[in-house]
Amino acid sequence: MTTRTTLRRSFYQDSVALMGLARELRRGAGVRETAALMGTSANQALMADAGLLTDEARAAGPNDLVIVVRADSAAEAEAALARAEFLLTARRARGEASGRRLPRTLDSAVRQLEGANLALVSVPGVFAAAEARKALRRGLHVMLFSDNVALEDEIALKRQAAERGLLLMGPDCGTAYLGGVPLGFANAVPRGRIGLVAASGTGLQQVVTLLAAAGEGVSQAVGVGGRDMSEAVGAAMTLAALDALGADPATELIVVVGKPPAPAVRAMVEARLRALGKPAVVAMLGRGIAAGSSGALTTVTTLEDAAAAAVAGRRGRAWEPHVFSDPAAARQRVKESRGARGPGAAAVRGLFAGGTLAYEALLVLEPLLGAGTVGGNLSGHGGGPHRVLDLGADELTVGRAHPMLDATLRVEEIERAAKEPDTTVLLVDVVLGHGAAPDPAGDIAPALEAARRHARAHGRGLAVVGSVVGTAADPQGLAAQTARLEAAGVWVLPSNAQAARAAACIAGEPRVAEALLGGSA
Amino acid sequence: MADYRDLFTRLGPELRVVNVGLESFAETLDGLGVPVLQVQWTPPAGGDPERARLLALMEED
Repeated sequence: MTTRTTLRRSFYQDSVALMGLARELRRGAGVRETAALMGTSANQALMADAGLLTDEARAAGPNDLVIVVRADSAAEAEAALARAEFLLTARRARGEASGRRLPRTLDSAVRQLEGANLALVSVPGVFAAAEARKALRRGLHVMLFSDNVALEDEIALKRQAAERGLLLMGPDCGTAYLGGVPLGFANAVPRGRIGLVAASGTGLQQVVTLLAAAGEGVSQAVGVGGRDMSEAVGAAMTLAALDALGADPATELIVVVGKPPAPAVRAMVEARLRALGKPAVVAMLGRGIAAGSSGALTTVTTLEDAAAAAVAGRRGRAWEPHVFSDPAAARQRVKESRGARGPGAAAVRGLFAGGTLAYEALLVLEPLLGAGTVGGNLSGHGGGPHRVLDLGADELTVGRAHPMLDATLRVEEIERAAKEPDTTVLLVDVVLGHGAAPDPAGDIAPALEAARRHARAHGRGLAVVGSVVGTAADPQGLAAQTARLEAAGVWVLPSNAQAARAAACIAGEPRVAEALLGGSA
Repeated sequence: MADYRDLFTRLGPELRVVNVGLESFAETLDGLGVPVLQVQWTPPAGGDPERARLLALMEED
């Protein structure tokens, strides 16, 4: 085994580009481990964990690119480094061949691109506020994709934006649609008459993909960032976006997606919605929220119901909460899975890439499986035996790519859960769209197959239940991704909420399935 | 606070995007035919966040 390092001084590459590079290098003959990272202290710690922090890597600075390869032989390590060199040079050449010389600053970019009206900022959080501030000063709307931006910076940026009537979407704004253009992690959905304001990226993705499946499209979708509806930020961008959607002739119905805001903020948002005079659906997911309608305002408790209520509202129809789209099929699958699992201890392990999808699953599971029985990093209590993990949580993504891009962490968690004797159901999400991994179902399917094999070998039945957030027009293709999961034995449901219910029916007390599916389950 | 009611009118018929950060976002927009310009961004002040913050404050003065 040999380890070789290349260092390129002052050669910045973004984390997604480097992840692609590392993935490519790992395919090389004899290559065992690779790291392709900027030399920040967080990345050096990751390299140390992986046993790849060579002396050269330790000497790197934050703007130096470090590539470390461990391979069976020196020749194979050298070949991988040569390949890295080739790919980096080709990448740079492609950037320059595509026309003008690329500007080095936001200011010069604004001068070069006549009529520029939006800055999409996704640099590391500590540098992001400065870039957003520059963009606002030049009169550009901003989508601030970066996370780890300080709250006081967010408040100041939103104040600066409000003085100029500009959008400051974010920070941590994963998804938006402006004028039909998908921004960030966004599915390919048609244009239409439904306008959205969202404090959650994957929440927005689930709603717009289900709208698309029902033949409805998006007029505009403004992301506001997860903290906008906090007391401190006071829904600054939510209220601005509502005013804009209220006056937009293309928007006939408004959907608000997020977590429950502070009570005073909620009252403010609801009052603004009523004042607009357009029908509206509020999906602020949280414990103790009851579905219902009051005037033109409908409150729902799942993302699927947000889409369903919006579709019904557009068509002037009454709306009822969904349980299962195909109860007969669900009854059959639940019966089979319960038969296979046997009568012993049964636990759900939810392993999610989408933060709001994880939270929604927690909210669906808790009342079905019992208060305090669902632990994980979102529940706010230890809990057990069931567990829901948001694998994209800030504390799990320091120095590494989000699980929507890189499945490594999720595969590790699937392997870990499979070895726990009480794991009865694995519950997963797969998020498609622009920005997401090229084959997210394929990235986890082998691990899911292996988990089921492992359980069978130990005389246990393991069910895998999930949903795919996507459309037929997405680059990965909804049908192909669904088929890949089904081939791995996954029961794929039409929504995340239905998948969580299915998991509860399999792992819960018999009364859960009876209540959701009728007596014969 | 400015009036947002005319936001989508002001935004105009075409989005024109300056992308600062992940190049994959610019590649997606380019593929969709959206005018986009990638900034060849590097962390300011040699990647030192505190020095970068001071530098940004000086630039704005």
